[in-house]
Amino acid sequence: MGTGTIIGTWLAGFLTLAILSFLYKDNPFYKLAEHLYVGVSAGYWLIYVAFFDVYPMLWQGFQNETGLERWILLVPGALGVIMLSRWFPRIAWLSRWPIAFTVGMGAGLGITANIQGYVVPQIGATLLPVTGWNLVSLNNVILVVGVVTTLLYFYFSKPHKGVLGWTAKIGIVFIMISFGASFGYTLMARLSLLIGRLDFLLADLLHIIR
Amino acid sequence: MNNLDRRIIFLILLVVVTIPLIISVGGEIRPTAPVISAHEAVEALEPGDYLMVSIDFDATSAPELMPMLRSVLRQAFEKDVRVLMLGHLAIGLPLGHMALEEVAAEYDAEYGVDYADLGYRPGYIAVMIAMGREISDIYSTDYRGTPIRELPITENIHSYADIDLLFGFEHGAVIDYWVRYAQARFDQKMAFGTTAVMAPDAYPYLQSNQIEGLVGGLKGAAEYETLIGRPGLGTRGMPAQEWGHLLIIGFIVMGNLGYFFTRRRKG
Repeated sequence: MGTGTIIGTWLAGFLTLAILSFLYKDNPFYKLAEHLYVGVSAGYWLIYVAFFDVYPMLWQGFQNETGLERWILLVPGALGVIMLSRWFPRIAWLSRWPIAFTVGMGAGLGITANIQGYVVPQIGATLLPVTGWNLVSLNNVILVVGVVTTLLYFYFSKPHKGVLGWTAKIGIVFIMISFGASFGYTLMARLSLLIGRLDFLLADLLHIIR
Repeated sequence: MNNLDRRIIFLILLVVVTIPLIISVGGEIRPTAPVISAHEAVEALEPGDYLMVSIDFDATSAPELMPMLRSVLRQAFEKDVRVLMLGHLAIGLPLGHMALEEVAAEYDAEYGVDYADLGYRPGYIAVMIAMGREISDIYSTDYRGTPIRELPITENIHSYADIDLLFGFEHGAVIDYWVRYAQARFDQKMAFGTTAVMAPDAYPYLQSNQIEGLVGGLKGAAEYETLIGRPGLGTRGMPAQEWGHLLIIGFIVMGNLGYFFTRRRKG
């Protein structure tokens, strides 16, 4: 194992313990690790975007391209520069142009993509057949009932009384089961993160396990 | 019990999770259908086919996603499938690259011939749509700055039509964009490995057959490791995960019983 790896492992071990020390109480080691993480992340992002994206795609692109392909690059370049006007209150309104461009493009692409890639396929996947007395049919019935009653729960144009009240209550049961599943998965994820760090400390740093 | 110092709970959790990591005490790992489907999607690739791997996570999700990434890469290199890596989180891409180099070295795979890292480009929606037309418009160079037309692996790659399977490793909403822009528009075949938090959001795509398979959380990683026969952090972490879950269930039951009896005493 190289010296760099050893130093890196010990540094990672120290930072892991510094972050975990917050569980006892806030302290300077935690603050140090937290600030380091934020600073390194921001610095890395800035360098990466500047040298691997802006420089080759905009600067070198402008030098290498010809004709319209070259001059069109001035548009995103100018929009990017205008975005920086947010730092200057007097001309901050200019930043609305690139924001409007981004929002407009995002909305335009998003509407078609959501319909084509989400709404239609999901509706299609909810139109399920009942083929007799079997588990697949039962599963399909539960799914359809779940979707319909959950949608009815969010129908607020009429008071939730009578048939609508009962169906909305069934919808709540499905919503609660969904929340429970999400909570269970979230718990699993957080435990996995702890396991990952403990595994690093026990295996890579202390060599207690292999 | 209301006055219990929460640090005692943290300490108990630490002990309960640490012990099973040191002395492995867990049950058998049985792969579930979504993970088997994802495994089969990679298994169906032929030697020379292209697997595109998308790194859409960073260090905050590494314990869950790195084990499944390594497993998928091992399966791909084992089958002589060519691997193209890219990512939509600049800060996470080095993790993916680290795993790629590590696994490639196990199989003597050569950079530029058997695998390549295209790096990061900002604006994932624009990137995904542009890749449907011409990949080199967006990824003119790889992460090293080498023009992709000079690399044997990418000299004839143009669009999704040349990619046999996309396997995304997701800790956020990028999975939605992959499905809505690359799958729906360009019919790109895809499977995903997600954090456990993201898995419930991804299941509808599996149910609607928009994706081939789904590997969710550390449990999914353990199942994938079982399927390829190479145990790793996922498998090692399962006993700790099981005991941790049992402890939390115990806490929930105790908390509710405590609440019930306290309310009864007051009432």
